[in-house]
Amino acid sequence: MSDPILEPVRFIDERTASAPLLKKALRYAFPDHWSFLLGEVALYCFILLILTGIYLTFFFDPSTAHTVYHGPYTELDGRTMSAAYKSVLDISFTYKAGLLIRQTHHWAADMFLAAIVIHLLRVFFTGAFRKPRELTWIVGLTLLFVSLLEGYLGYSLVDDLLSGMGLAIGYGVGLSIPIIGGPLMLLLFGAPFPGTPSFWPRMYIAHVLLIPLLLATLIGIHLALVAARHHTQFKESPRHTEKRLIGVPMFPGQAPRSLALMFGTWGVLFLMGGLFQINPIWQWGPFEPYLATNGAQPDWYLGWLIGALRLMPSFDVTVSHFTLIPNPFWGGALFPLVVIGILMAYPWLERKLTGDYRFHNLADRPRDAPNRTAFGVAFVFWVFAIFGFGAADRILVLWNIGYNTQLYIFRVGIWAFPAILFVLVRKLCRELQAAERIERAQHEAESEAEQEHAVLAGGAPPAPG
Amino acid sequence: MRRWIEALFALLLGRLFRRRTAGAQTAGGSGDGSGDGSGDGRIVPAGSPERRAENWVLALLALAVLFAAGFVVSYAEFSPERLPNELLGICIGGALLSITAALTVVARRLVVTEEIEEEYPQEHPKQQSEVAQLVHESGSRFTRKRLLLGAAGATAGALGVAALTPAVSFGPLWDTGPLDESPWRRGRRLVSVDDVPFKASDIYEETFYTAFPEGADKEFIASPLVVVRLDPSAIHLPAGRADWAPDGIVAYSKICTHAGCAIALYRKPTFPVVEPKPMLVCPCHYSTFDPATGATVVYGPAGRPLPQLPLMIDDLGYLRAAGNYSARVGPSWWNVRSDPTFVNKPT
Repeated sequence: MSDPILEPVRFIDERTASAPLLKKALRYAFPDHWSFLLGEVALYCFILLILTGIYLTFFFDPSTAHTVYHGPYTELDGRTMSAAYKSVLDISFTYKAGLLIRQTHHWAADMFLAAIVIHLLRVFFTGAFRKPRELTWIVGLTLLFVSLLEGYLGYSLVDDLLSGMGLAIGYGVGLSIPIIGGPLMLLLFGAPFPGTPSFWPRMYIAHVLLIPLLLATLIGIHLALVAARHHTQFKESPRHTEKRLIGVPMFPGQAPRSLALMFGTWGVLFLMGGLFQINPIWQWGPFEPYLATNGAQPDWYLGWLIGALRLMPSFDVTVSHFTLIPNPFWGGALFPLVVIGILMAYPWLERKLTGDYRFHNLADRPRDAPNRTAFGVAFVFWVFAIFGFGAADRILVLWNIGYNTQLYIFRVGIWAFPAILFVLVRKLCRELQAAERIERAQHEAESEAEQEHAVLAGGAPPAPG
Repeated sequence: MRRWIEALFALLLGRLFRRRTAGAQTAGGSGDGSGDGSGDGRIVPAGSPERRAENWVLALLALAVLFAAGFVVSYAEFSPERLPNELLGICIGGALLSITAALTVVARRLVVTEEIEEEYPQEHPKQQSEVAQLVHESGSRFTRKRLLLGAAGATAGALGVAALTPAVSFGPLWDTGPLDESPWRRGRRLVSVDDVPFKASDIYEETFYTAFPEGADKEFIASPLVVVRLDPSAIHLPAGRADWAPDGIVAYSKICTHAGCAIALYRKPTFPVVEPKPMLVCPCHYSTFDPATGATVVYGPAGRPLPQLPLMIDDLGYLRAAGNYSARVGPSWWNVRSDPTFVNKPT
């Protein structure tokens, strides 16, 4: 009788000699901790983005050609708009289930970046980026920043009022690159903003092919690097060591969990796409360079940049009649470059500062590395406080705190609070460590006393444990 | 259709409950039952059957099928205008979450959750030096390694540059002339977004107008203007612009000099205590410009005033440009502050 599993396995092995690899892959050990699933959530968001994105390409028209809208959304009836914007209106109103797919695509993009950022925080605060995993860290960071660009292009393509304002700001930031900004943006856009008509299909092919291909390649490298060095693990028991990994095997233990996570992520995103409105582009209307609206906010993952652009004091650095550093450069270009630079360099910086050149397979708890944790909290606060200022106009509307007042609080606060936080968090970590040391000493003293007591009483010392 | 679904559901529930009572008797004392796989030649440790868990998986998969079918049915039943997005979302989300629940039951109850140990991969010092050795030895016949490597690098660079060269056709190369184009010239009339020419008498105080050059492309970045009327006694324009604001009417480029958004807000009426003067505001980063003083920056991150367009009023009362902008339009770049030599934008 033929075995329905053995037969195909034999077929494959005879032709690829891959049975040993397959066996090894099926028994690959995953550490059993929830925080190791954050990266998987990002991966499943990416797959869903590809799937919903493919559907959207069937109906989206990447063209700025003028057209007059006549469709179910009567508020815009008779309005002249780009074919791109009209096709997204049609996806939202004319094609059945188009709105669901579009909103799910948008929510998935937001969740993709959120999962990446939370995954990054987990990796940072547990020291999982240390030798031998620095390359995984670098590839992961590249993924994050390429994904930011991908998301930005995605919502820019729609050509609604908000997306056009975002693109205008991107053009302004591009122009602000010292010396080469002007010619570079003209080359890229083909003409002064909003550019030549061919700019739109170029942006489109970047969004649907070039960058997704790059992301998929980077994800492949990222996962291959993880598998090559295996996951880190927490020291949950004396059996968890730098040399030995304890975990659940890929098959059968991890596979249904991971698949459940995939379907769960997708289920939640589709529910969100069905139940929670996101980016109702028909309310913004078509973009024209001479239009803008108050209270505009980008998708969350670009909030830190709008915050930085708004927070900068008013000056252009000029050399005689040349403008060396136009203002948007600081918040829109230098700030993200500094953030990415610090994050990329961090594993090497920490090694220099601590002199720790060893291999690390055991993950730290945040308190185990007070300096890193304190720096991390201060750094994250710095970035997210600047992010927070991006919402100052909303805070003004919600709680009536003057925009000016907020501006001065934030201009001081983004430097003062991280400094204070650094000191406080480091102290907290050290105190947690000290408390553990005292607890351990107490525990040891107690068991020692117990043993002495038992010896004095004439019995055998009790077995440890 | 609906009756069919109801019948199917009732049948399913009935079966489920019968099974459950039967299952409770047979599967008593199930537990994990994870025997050590090593003793009996097994790789994955054995465990006892869990019929109740299997029933749950079956029921949840059936639910997923129902949800998926619900998606198809609602797609088919409703017209595009009446098809509720929520229903579609609940159907497909419900199907996916039912699968999630089924897989969770599989993971927790039906497959054995083992803990295995694995050695972390080691470094390979021997192979490392062997790789280095074989590369060194392979190159032992080369006498001018640096020169050859340099030549190879230069070749790769040249080829790379050649491969990227066609991308230069995206736009003008190192020619910033298009940034100097302006559709305005002396005598050109100001028109509204609907191409209606503005008369000076159309411009009222305390309100804000967007104007374009008559007959020009409105989407061109140097086209749109903000036009406001101020009390002539309050206007203090820079030197040389004494006649740029006939009857107190001033016009500025509508494109913010910070990051290129449209100046879409006019702060008028004002709050006399702290904001006594009317101001032009960009909603993107709140750069604020004083229209009475040549649109100088009074607040926010912009580094330059808005370029001003000189105006005149013709004999019929129409507003016309009296020349070109006072400076280059749009966000700052390297050469934005040098004296503008405007090129006529072909229309």
